This record gives sequence, C-alpha cells and structure tokens, in this order.
Amino acid sequence: MEQQELRSLQKKAVAIRREIVTMIHQAGTGHIGGDLSVTDILVDLYYKQMNVSPEQQKNPERDRFILSKGHSVEALYAVLADKGYFPKEELETYAQYGSKFIGHPNNKIPGIEVNSGSLGHGLSVGVGMALAARMDGRGYRTYVVMGDGECAEGSVWEAAMAGGHYKLDNLTAFVDRNRLQISGTTEEVMTQDSAEERWAAFGWNVLSIPGNDLAAIDDAVDLAKRTKGKPTVIIANTTKGCGVSFIENQVAWHHKVPTDEQYQKALEELAAKEASL
Amino acid sequence: MSKAIKKVIAEFLQEEADVNKDIVVLCSDSRGSGGLGPYAEAHKEQFVEVGIAEQNLVGISAGLAACGKRPFAVSPASFLSTRSMEQVKVDVAYSHTNVKLIGISGGVSYGALGMTHHSATDIADMASIPGLRVYFPSDQYLAKELMKVLARDEEPAYIRIGRNAVADVYEDGKVGFTMDKAVTVKEGTDLTIIACGEVVYEAKKAAEALEKEGRSVRVLDMYCLKPLDEEAVCRAARETKAILTVEEHTKYGGLGSLVAQVTAAQAPTKVRSLTLPDAPVVTGKTAEIFHHYGLDAEGIAKAARELL
Ligand SMILES: [Mg+2]
Repeated sequence: MEQQELRSLQKKAVAIRREIVTMIHQAGTGHIGGDLSVTDILVDLYYKQMNVSPEQQKNPERDRFILSKGHSVEALYAVLADKGYFPKEELETYAQYGSKFIGHPNNKIPGIEVNSGSLGHGLSVGVGMALAARMDGRGYRTYVVMGDGECAEGSVWEAAMAGGHYKLDNLTAFVDRNRLQISGTTEEVMTQDSAEERWAAFGWNVLSIPGNDLAAIDDAVDLAKRTKGKPTVIIANTTKGCGVSFIENQVAWHHKVPTDEQYQKALEELAAKEASL
Repeated sequence: MSKAIKKVIAEFLQEEADVNKDIVVLCSDSRGSGGLGPYAEAHKEQFVEVGIAEQNLVGISAGLAACGKRPFAVSPASFLSTRSMEQVKVDVAYSHTNVKLIGISGGVSYGALGMTHHSATDIADMASIPGLRVYFPSDQYLAKELMKVLARDEEPAYIRIGRNAVADVYEDGKVGFTMDKAVTVKEGTDLTIIACGEVVYEAKKAAEALEKEGRSVRVLDMYCLKPLDEEAVCRAARETKAILTVEEHTKYGGLGSLVAQVTAAQAPTKVRSLTLPDAPVVTGKTAEIFHHYGLDAEGIAKAARELL
C-alpha cells in the first residue's frame, strides 16, 4: 500500500474511533473496548478491500460482511454512517427509545447483511454465503469478524470444520485477538492459545498479524485473496481499547462508559494522534 | 394406502431442484433418514452435507438464503428444534432468511430410541419464535400441497413429519388445500376434533366410529399450527358443542394450548386436549405409544364420548 493511502486509512481510523467514543458517551452504553480493538480491521475492509457501497446494496456481486462479535456494533455503525449508508445524525438515536440502532447488528439497518449478537453464529452463516457464491459461480468474497472470547463457542468450530472441509478460499475470517473478554484474560477464562494451531488443524490458512496495524491487515487480506484451496483466518493480535491510553488493555473497559472528563481526554488523545499522522 | 411423508418431500424436492437451481438441500448426516440419498446423487451441486452439526446446518442454511438460495435443512426434529433452536431464532427468524426447516422422524416416531430422539415439544419451541411458521402435515397428499407453496414462498418455516409410513387421510387430488386454512376432513355438528400431524388419521377413524353411534363429529386437520386457523377454531366453538384436540406433543404450548387460547378469548367453549405426557414416553412403536396415551382412534373416541 502507498504511504499516502496508508496515511489516509490511519486518519480514517482515528475519525471512526472519535465517532465510537462520542456515540457511547452520548448514549451511556456500548462495548467500547472491543470497538476500539476492531476498528482498524473494519477500516481496511470497508475503505480498501471490500467491494461494498450504499449504491450496490442489492448487487449480488457485492462482498459480504458479518460482524459475528456483534457487540462491537458501534464501530460498524460509525463506518456505515461515514460510508453513506444512512445519515450520520441518525446515530444520535443509538440505543434510545424506539431507535432502530440497537446494541447489536440488525439487518433493518442499511449495509448490515444479517443479525448477530449471540456469539458463535457468524462463521456458519459466512460458510453458507461462501457456498452460495461457489454454487452461483460468483466472485464475491465473504468476511467474518469474530472475537477471541467468542471462539469458546462450540459452533465456531462446527463452522471452522465445514470451511476447511469445503475448502472455501472465498471466505476470510478474522479473530480479534485482544486476549481479553468480559471476565478477564482469555487465558484465565478459557484458554485460546494457540489459536493459530487450532485453526490450522481445521484446515485453514492461518495468518497471525499485529491487528491494529493497517498495513499488516491489508497485506493479510491481499494474501487471503491469493490463497487457493483453503479459507483464511487472520489472527489479528490487537489491543483492546486501542487508541485511548486509559482504556487500552483494561478488562474493566469491556463496556464501561466514559465520564465527561474521560471523554474529553479521549478526544484529546485522538486529536494528538491525528495531528501526528 | 400409506406412504412416508419424507418420501413425498424428497421426491418433490428432486423434481423442484430440476427446474429451480436455487433449491439447496442440507443434511446433518441425515440424508438416509430423510430419504434423500437419491436427491444427493442426482443434485450434487444443490446438496450440502454438514455432518452431525445441527447448529452449523441452520447457520449455513441462513447464509445460503441470505444470498438468494432456497435452502431446505433436513434433520431429525428432536435435534433441529432444540439443538439448533438459537440458530433458528437468530439466523433464520430474526435475520429473516428464507430457510425451510424440515424436522424428520418427529414426535415419537423413533419409538424405542427414547427421549433424546423424540420431539414432543417442537410446536412450543418453534411457534414461540417470532416470525417462524409451523406446519405438521398429516399425510402424503397434504404434504405435497404444502411443499408446493413452501418451495416458492419467501418466509421461513418449520415443518415436522414422522419417520414411518402414514395412512392416507385424503384421496389423491382431493385434499381441498388452502394455505394456512385448516382442512375439514369431516363435517359434523355435535363435537369438533382438531388434530395435527399423524394423529389426524386416528381422529378421522374415531369420528367414523362415533358416526355409527349416531354422533356427528367434525374433524379439522390443523396442519397450520402457526399461523393457526383461528376462524376455523371459532366456527367449531360456535357450531359444535365442544372441542377435543389431539396432538403428538406435550400439553405445554401445543395444539391444545393454542386452540384454548383462541376459544377463551373469542368463543368460549369446553376444550379438552389429548397429548403426550410431560415425561419421557413409554417404550414402544408409534402405534403402541399412541394407544398407551389414548392418542389412537380408540382413545380419541373414548375421550369424545366422555365430552359429549
Ligand atoms: Mg476479546
């Protein structure tokens, strides 16, 4: 990727993070840690890699995206609004009485393919989408983003088994490997190491990358596209809360809401980051 | 005559898949029990085996449907309606994907295999999910009519069928089928028996026996559990003296509950329900189990006499 393009994606990631903390601060609810962790993956997919846009929501050739770790919906909302799927002002209703913007992805919202929120569902649905592409001879690709805590769900591995069995090279999964979940570290709660070996054993091409590094994410997705005969999983080694120092790597910030003071501090840090780019 | 409904469905899907390339059948190591071996051979490109993984079966079906395919997920009713219930709720009903869930070997048709393999709560399980329709066809002819509609409509549905051959309730070409309307198997004025699934045949036989005793008994085939044909229930409540419901299901959230809810609100009348017990059922074949719990013609006629 050209330096200039990388710079512009990095700026976009800062802007999305600003939207996320603002949305959560205003609404008083949201999963801020996972949102900030997954932001760079979403930015690379939506602004660089995926063939999706508001104009081609019905195009059968559009790429398919599933946010299986649905609690990171604020990050997805911020991206979809910025992409023009709906007016940004609508996000002010997020989590408010009667709003269609609920705390998990819902396909009543333009740009969202399927509903998620209960963990361990997305990869099976993604396998179905990838199989449909193959049956119909279509070239679109399917992307599924999971959390690392989510991988304790048995259904993830049913889907992983099928993805490997059917050699779905049009399917790319991400594991947002921030090593934290609501109760503590993943390794305390339920061992996830070695995620790489587990996925490889299920027949997947495994790429383990620094997960908040846009250049690395982009290279991995390129490599996934070129990989034939296997689905690819990108183990994105991320930092939960990435981009706001006092939220980073703190279990307590799984779904804590910033105070006014913390919100101001977060905005300052993001502004400083933007200025440095 | 008699025929297993799974065969009718398998034959129908095989024909339909010839003309509609979007039809996809998915099995969870259940192609044999679903009678889908020939389909899988004839339509390799429109068949997906997921192995013994019912959650994945339903999730994959939802993904296929979200991309315009018409998936039929065929798996034992016991597992499909409970093991994969959350996938049905979230990926099918909530995401509104056009998946048809075919619960095979339903009710007690696995006989001596026991409670793990019986589905005696699937009306309650599946009908409680917002946006999901529930159908229990009674015989081969009604099943075919139902499949013709389901293969071409755009909404998800759960269909429960049994494992074994079932006696014909109707004659070929004379079902009198209208989608989501109960079929009047027999007219009558003293009592109405409302049944669904395999016990409709038993209800019909019971009504014929009662007829010989001078009782005029109406029999409704309520294959459409959801949406329930409330008009037919209310007519029965108003035009006959009482209602007897019969189902291969427990009393909680089944046909009897659904009917009583309608009559209580719209046309109060006496409703009695014949159901499976709230317990693992006795060991035996379907006929033996039906007899044990009074769900056969003899037991239904006996309950009807008491009610009249
Ligand atoms: Mg995590």
